[in-house]
Amino acid sequence: MDQILGNIDLLIQFPVVNLKIIIDGIMIGALFALAAYGLALVWGVMNVKNLAQGDFVIGGGYVSWWLATTYGLHPLLGVPVAFVVMWGIGWLTYKLVISRVIERDLFTSLLATFGLAIMYAQIMNLLFGSDTQSLVLDVSALGLQNNYYFADGLIDLPAAKVIGVILAAILATGVILFMKRSRMGQAIRATAQDARAARVLGIDTEKVYAFTFSLNSAICGAAGAIIVMVWVIQPFYGITYSVRAFVIVTAAGLGNLPGVIAAGLGIGAAEQYGSHIFGIGYQQAIAVMLLLAVLVYRLLQQRRNRQVLQ
Amino acid sequence: MMKTKTVSLAIGALLASTAIAAAADCEDIRIGAAISLTGKYATNGVHTQNGYEFAIKKIAENGGVKMGDKCYNFKVTYYDDESKGDRAATLAERLINQDKVQYMLGPYSSGMTKAIAPVTEKYKIPMIEAEGASRSLFNKGYKYLFAVLSTSEQYLASAVALAEEKAKEAGKTAADVKVAIAVENDPFSLDIRAGVMEDSKKAGMKVVIDEKLPRDLSDMTAILTKVKLLKPDLLVVSGHSKGAATAVRQIGEQKIAAPMIAMTHCEAADVTGNFGASANDILCSTQWAETLTYEDPIFGTAANYETEFKAAYPEYAKKKVPYQTAQASAAIYVYKDAFERAGSLDKEKVRDAIAATDMKTFYGGIKFSDAGNNIAKPMVLRQIQDGKYNVVAPSAFASHKVNYPRKPGS
Repeated sequence: MDQILGNIDLLIQFPVVNLKIIIDGIMIGALFALAAYGLALVWGVMNVKNLAQGDFVIGGGYVSWWLATTYGLHPLLGVPVAFVVMWGIGWLTYKLVISRVIERDLFTSLLATFGLAIMYAQIMNLLFGSDTQSLVLDVSALGLQNNYYFADGLIDLPAAKVIGVILAAILATGVILFMKRSRMGQAIRATAQDARAARVLGIDTEKVYAFTFSLNSAICGAAGAIIVMVWVIQPFYGITYSVRAFVIVTAAGLGNLPGVIAAGLGIGAAEQYGSHIFGIGYQQAIAVMLLLAVLVYRLLQQRRNRQVLQ
Repeated sequence: MMKTKTVSLAIGALLASTAIAAAADCEDIRIGAAISLTGKYATNGVHTQNGYEFAIKKIAENGGVKMGDKCYNFKVTYYDDESKGDRAATLAERLINQDKVQYMLGPYSSGMTKAIAPVTEKYKIPMIEAEGASRSLFNKGYKYLFAVLSTSEQYLASAVALAEEKAKEAGKTAADVKVAIAVENDPFSLDIRAGVMEDSKKAGMKVVIDEKLPRDLSDMTAILTKVKLLKPDLLVVSGHSKGAATAVRQIGEQKIAAPMIAMTHCEAADVTGNFGASANDILCSTQWAETLTYEDPIFGTAANYETEFKAAYPEYAKKKVPYQTAQASAAIYVYKDAFERAGSLDKEKVRDAIAATDMKTFYGGIKFSDAGNNIAKPMVLRQIQDGKYNVVAPSAFASHKVNYPRKPGS
């Protein structure tokens, strides 16, 4: 308790820390939001809850890491490369496994993706070893500093994180525009609304599903390639991103893609505040508590709606 | 002159070949081991297995285990525990019941050892382990479990002593020293925290930050911000290789200026290779270092062990031989010594001989307490100085002076 009061006291004594926490939270949240965005897509369009989401993220990280360490590929170029490679892996996964479970009940697809998660983690472990890996992004060649400091060094903006957020924003905007403007995007949204009606109208839903799943995998891959520059990866760390993605999507509500991004940023900031005040051990507890609060609030809201209906 | 040299060479060769021939004629002593060859502990599991095998080969080359006029070679039956505790326990049962092994070698990690120890204890099978450091292994009254390594609460305790020493040099007292602790929430790291807490309380230091890192830690900026605000003199971090990598990266990013930073798993996370200057002057604890002045008749000096091991396993040529390997070899060496002193293959007699071990090895002194942990070897603290790991504490083994206060690299 003393520690909690002491931590709150620090926030009041040094108001600039609040700003730092919010900035850190947004930078973290942006990356979680990317993984969650892909999940929302697959969940909404195909009704598949992909438990291997985090493993796609880590997979993308390893693609970038492997190319950077063996062929000296620049970590920034790793992001588009990971996007493409993970697109391919996503497509293969869809053709081999997901296409067979998509029409089945919820339990089958959960089991299948759970199995995939275990398998991917183990394959990465065999390929790359179980050591933690990371890449250092050196942008001094581009005429930038690797770290920017404000407020007597209390606020720090590592170039890697800032670039990560920018890339995440570009990616998210790209996907949103694609969904709104392109033919395929329209087909995806039509399939999400009613797959049968979409088929009647001549949309090849099988193709839409394959495309959606590959796109999800590619987004995750790009997120992973950013994460390997900002934090560290290890074959078994996928679950962290899976859990965060589920929390964010559930909190945002299905089919609410801009909401996913807002929820991602919000949860990032809330986690940072929580870990400052209650201790970093409670970081994830904060996210889950927040989810609980949102669910309870929704339940109450729905009850009111139902009463109206009666 | 030339001739005598040739003759003596020939005799030397002959003697050597008879020694090898004799070792080749030796009977086998079968030992069982469940070890993590796949799964999350695979890297260190393989380090451990290589350490065992290297020592077995080395002992065979030196005439094997001699008992009376007979000699023996070790032969280990390995199973892969897939880094899972329940699997490790099942495999231990299988080794004992089906393969009928009478002696066991430890797995990798405290968790796996914790899973196997009740099994070996039940069947009264002696087990020498080299990779389980949690002190919770040594307060259960196990009679057949012996560990050659130092227990985990000692890992960073010497950093506390060092901080006290530096405070006194600066004309301050230990009570002026502020300590910040950030450890992962697992048995091993909590032991480390307990050790640091105990020692800093004893010295009268103030613990200003005491945080537990979540297992799925991805970011510790929240803790480091507090470090910036509260300015502790000593920052202690332990969270396996993920904790070390995350900490070093963000210490560099946030320009953390604590005068002393101590952590574990620096080598495993390859903080010097990955983060270069950010890792400068960070203190890292280790069980063993090849620069130490330990020595024994089989492996020679610690440095010699490193050279010969690299010759036998070329895949280590470019990196440091990890201490996990050295201590695995030491475990085999303890078995050899114990068998020779017991003069018998009876497992009870061997167990008593192990308990009475008191030897000097390339890995350090080995002498077991009643609880089975090694009390003859201190933990070593190395400092990363210009990308090199130099031993700075305890002072009896230090090859370099500690840089204090730490200068963050640019």
